[in-house]
Amino acid sequence: MTKRLLTAALLLSVSAIPAFAAKASLVVGMPIEPPGLDPTVAAPVAIREVTWVNLYEGLVRIDRTGKVQPLLAKSWEIAPDGLTYTFRLQEGVKFHDGSTFDSADVKFAFDRARDPKSTNAQKQIFAPIASIETPDPATVVIKLKEPSGNFLYYLGWGDAVIVAPETAATNAANPVGTGPFKFKSWSRGDRVELTKNPDYWQKDKVKLESVTFRFISDAQAQVAALKAGDVDAFPNLGAPELFAEFQKDKRFKAVAGNTEGETVAGMNNAKKPFDDVRVRRALMHAVDRKALIEGAYSGFGQPIGSFFSPNNPAFVDTTNVIPYDVEKAKALLKEAGYGNGLSITIKSPQMAYASRSAELLSAMMAEVGVDLKIIPTEFPAKWIEEVFKNKDYDVTIVSHTEPLDIDIFARDSYYFNYKNDKFKALIADAAKTTDEKARFAKYTEAQKILAEDVPALFLFQLPKLGVWNAKVQGLWENSPIPSNDVTEVSWTE
Amino acid sequence: MLRLVITRLLSLAVTLLFVSLAIFLILEVLPGDPAAIMLGTAAREDTLAALRQELGLDQPALLRYLQWIGGILQGDLGQSITYKMPVSTLVAERMNVTLPLSLLAIVISTALALPLGVAAAAQRDGMVDRAVLVFSQLGVAVPNFWIGLLFILFFSTWLGWFPAGGFPGWSAGIGPALQALLLPAVALALPQAAVLTRVTRSATLEVIGADFVRTARAKGVDKGATLRRHVVPNALIPVTTILGLQLSFFFGGAILVENVFNLPGLGRLAYQALNQRDLVVIKDIVLIFSGLVIVVNFLVDIGYAILDPRLRSRA
Repeated sequence: MTKRLLTAALLLSVSAIPAFAAKASLVVGMPIEPPGLDPTVAAPVAIREVTWVNLYEGLVRIDRTGKVQPLLAKSWEIAPDGLTYTFRLQEGVKFHDGSTFDSADVKFAFDRARDPKSTNAQKQIFAPIASIETPDPATVVIKLKEPSGNFLYYLGWGDAVIVAPETAATNAANPVGTGPFKFKSWSRGDRVELTKNPDYWQKDKVKLESVTFRFISDAQAQVAALKAGDVDAFPNLGAPELFAEFQKDKRFKAVAGNTEGETVAGMNNAKKPFDDVRVRRALMHAVDRKALIEGAYSGFGQPIGSFFSPNNPAFVDTTNVIPYDVEKAKALLKEAGYGNGLSITIKSPQMAYASRSAELLSAMMAEVGVDLKIIPTEFPAKWIEEVFKNKDYDVTIVSHTEPLDIDIFARDSYYFNYKNDKFKALIADAAKTTDEKARFAKYTEAQKILAEDVPALFLFQLPKLGVWNAKVQGLWENSPIPSNDVTEVSWTE
Repeated sequence: MLRLVITRLLSLAVTLLFVSLAIFLILEVLPGDPAAIMLGTAAREDTLAALRQELGLDQPALLRYLQWIGGILQGDLGQSITYKMPVSTLVAERMNVTLPLSLLAIVISTALALPLGVAAAAQRDGMVDRAVLVFSQLGVAVPNFWIGLLFILFFSTWLGWFPAGGFPGWSAGIGPALQALLLPAVALALPQAAVLTRVTRSATLEVIGADFVRTARAKGVDKGATLRRHVVPNALIPVTTILGLQLSFFFGGAILVENVFNLPGLGRLAYQALNQRDLVVIKDIVLIFSGLVIVVNFLVDIGYAILDPRLRSRA
């Protein structure tokens, strides 16, 4: 009997050996399900978090440090006038449906995006294009109407990935790209499954056989799924108050990085009293950013003094320009004629970070004699209608998640109602500056202008609280662009 | 009986028409532009206009209403704005989860409530009765999603007996699928079971006090047989009414429970569609939910007629 048991145990352990080979499947949790899988026709971040460089690839890509790297274009030349871009394409690249990728696909993808009927959410990326020529299958020449300093950088975004004419119309439900993973299935409301692309042009880089994205909106359920092992990685956990617990747990790696989301309390600059810079500065002085981050995001998240992501190489710290100073805030308010108090409202969306921040802001404002009344609103639908479109608000709070979006303060009809000609000219100038160093210097100056002029209360960079199995490696710690790039992710052991 | 069925069917059709009109009008005044939500805050005005045109949102309201109803009459629920696929496919996929979940919850809730309610009434103020009162009080007070969270914490995180949420799909086999549905079904069932137990108990008590029961006992029918043959059948009428009403609670409750357990059901689809202002999907789902409630009420009416012969002749 004992012998038989031993044999059985031995057999069991032998059959268990393959389990020790490195795992080749990964389950990634996401809070929000993407509406469709085509990043070239809709804006939501979740679309990019599934598809960008996993399913689709662009001419260039943004790497984990925020820099532009070659992808489908192996190299490029920019003419000295900054108007002609010549891209040399990778050869031997195939779409997932077996068709060959060449310059005609690039022309098709960009023409489709800039077409009058296009519903590309970032159509302005393609606005500077004058013409696209394809002298041969491996070369694309793009001529611009005016120099565009960030043109290459924008081509790395999800909105500029290359899609094929045969499949572009159906990509939302059945995506076909050139990326390392192919679309397998989508159980709507639950998961998207991808499998390794056996014909990928850089297949040596890819370790995983399959990737599953699971959509779990409830923060408690996210934690439960990680702990139960149902999900291997949650690159952006929704429960900051439980993140510290994961940091202590050896089974997990927990990394607090930065997203591109600047959390700001935007003010209606055209409306009294926000048209007075003294009032705006006073309100900024009233904010204790550190306490705010502690209360709103359990202490995770970097304080910001302007509207620029710390991920960006051109970032400068401006939090000391208008620091927390209650006395100064009171003095400025008195000077502006509000010494006897001020009563204003904040429209606060339902996201936890926003509503918690609004409550803390309200308490901080009370310290300087400002009565900040909270009016709840619903994001995105109601907020876009009331605040963004109709500009019917005093103060609001939201995180702006697009990379390099400082130019929103230079847009005339944007919801801040902010007008600063000097700033506007500087941003326009920066956008045309092809030389990187010169462009960065201009962005630095622009950040300082905003920090002093305070068109919005600059609060904190939304953190990326990543939690994953300690044996998983290769996931991004920061997200300089909305993504869950799993190309080079692997399991140890 | 036939007349009853026909009049009830007619009123069902008229109700549905009014419901569809109400749904449409409510969504018309609901703030939120689907195009702006799809394209985000960076979109240009011409891009938004192009998308609105693509979605047919630039058409007059009356035309859109007629197109919607016309489509439904031809069995076409339209195309989802966000998923870009037929709503009928989406709904069919989700029904695979919500329908079994609701049925399971009804079975659990009825299987708990009927015996407990009758047992409590049979021995009023006895041990069973007291216990039932305490637990049903608790069940009524505690919301189903919170029960769901506790279940996840206890059964999934600590014990590891059940998945912490999600649905493997029926293709993974009946076993795993039912395993994924069991906890949410119980969470959904318990509050309703509590209500149903109380209704069963009071309905049974009322019948127990009736003259014909005393007569039956006086004739010498023993207590158990009286309960089975005279009390329970008569107590079933109010219980059926509540059960019919509860069905709509099961669908409504599914929205919360499906979110907690991350089940890809109809309720979660409705919730997502509302957030995204996928007007086509919201309209259809609300109409389906209302339709189900109306149909169930119709069935309950017919059920009365079968349970209570007096109603047959009256109609």
